[in-house]
Amino acid sequence: MELTNREIARYSRQIILPGIGVKGQKRLKASSVLIVGAGGLGCPVSSNLAGAGIGTLGIIDYDNIEITNLHRQLLHSESSIGKSKVESIKNFIANLNSDVKVQTHQVLLNSKNALEIITKYDLVVDASDNVATRYLLNDACVLENKTLISGSALQMEGQMTVYNYKNGPCYRCIFPKPPPPETVQNCGDGGVLGAITGVIGSLQSMEVIKVILDHDDVLAGKLLLYDGASCSFRTIKLRNKRQDCDVCGVTPNITKLIDYEQFCGMAASDKDSGLNILESNERVTVEDYRNYNKDHLLIDVRSANEFEICKLNNAINIPIKRLLADKIDNDLKEEMKEKSVFVVCRRGNDSQLAVRHLNEKLGIRSKDLIGGLHSWTHTIDKDFPIY
Amino acid sequence: MLKINLDFSGGAEVLFNNIKKRQLSLESEKKWTLRDFLQYMKENLLTERLELFIQGDSVRPGILVLVNDIDWELLGELDYEIKQNDNISFISTLHGG
Ligand SMILES: [Zn+2]
Repeated sequence: MELTNREIARYSRQIILPGIGVKGQKRLKASSVLIVGAGGLGCPVSSNLAGAGIGTLGIIDYDNIEITNLHRQLLHSESSIGKSKVESIKNFIANLNSDVKVQTHQVLLNSKNALEIITKYDLVVDASDNVATRYLLNDACVLENKTLISGSALQMEGQMTVYNYKNGPCYRCIFPKPPPPETVQNCGDGGVLGAITGVIGSLQSMEVIKVILDHDDVLAGKLLLYDGASCSFRTIKLRNKRQDCDVCGVTPNITKLIDYEQFCGMAASDKDSGLNILESNERVTVEDYRNYNKDHLLIDVRSANEFEICKLNNAINIPIKRLLADKIDNDLKEEMKEKSVFVVCRRGNDSQLAVRHLNEKLGIRSKDLIGGLHSWTHTIDKDFPIY
Repeated sequence: MLKINLDFSGGAEVLFNNIKKRQLSLESEKKWTLRDFLQYMKENLLTERLELFIQGDSVRPGILVLVNDIDWELLGELDYEIKQNDNISFISTLHGG
């Protein structure tokens, strides 16, 4: 595969690098990379790799663009809200570098489709946003013998490493068991800065290029930690490949893909799963709450920052963590025992946890507002901010 | 005294009063293994529910433990004996993107 004169001009600034050259550029052109996730990490990975002249990029994401994506998912635009993320990136790449072939996969990656998609590519980038997909991708890459360039980000921190590379460890070697679901935060709940996903996505792109060029110092067996708040980068040494790893060990237990949502106890998306743990007499609809005109307490269990964004009249803020830790002012606690108590949060999940705690541990008879403030906006007051 | 530096990241700091870095001096009459130190952390430093940090007799899945930036599994895990000026890190893994 020779380079055309146009390609030589286009990539000249990287071809002249000693580590790349014409040979390296041809390798990039002959390569195919699958990017799993067209979000905060997938955007910078896609633009970096398309710019560098990777021959074929596959992009997988089932999701459509929402306004809450645009602070960090910078290849999408206001005019594309509601449209497919993978198509949006495909359009971006067509404008940036029409020589790159783009394959879009608008599906939720699962145990049934993962192997047949992954097998078509040379290597895989994990730009996903949830635990179940990370285990699924890891196992699929081990079974298909593909290197996995893994990045993640939350709030002001990011992490990056390369799994399953030249006899190095896989994700399961490092994390044999998934974390307890209650300890996992997604970007919707925890927040994230676009500059963080930008940094981590760029670092992933660099490792992709190094793997393709067979560079010596690929970040395998090590984990890079980036803390934006203190602008610190740290590289830590991870354990070696485990002989007894369930998927890449000597006698693996996992020889075909399993049910990862079940294994992790979490859905394969970063959307809220819709908790339903209360009896119907412990819940009220937002309409019923609006029509309730007796003296009562309304407890809002979102974080202080979120409470500052918007709140219902007379709401009292007790963040869910404080409430579950019983850090409630004593006078308020007494008041709660005497009055009707309603609990609200953003989407109606934390409010259920709060009601269960108040009712079971403190002997209060509280009720949660079904669907939270989102429901309030949709059914009562369309001018109430939604986020 | 046995002086150590302790740091938390990836959200693990939330379990320890949101403090990312601290220095500690441990009584040095006895030897300190990481097993002993986890017990110490449980009793003296942890500010959230125990199960968010410990499962069984070790750290829960999803938190990496490092000594001087090296995975504790390469160093004997719970049996590792803490040395003067060790940097001990607890890193929660991130999953977002
Ligand atoms: Zn493994």
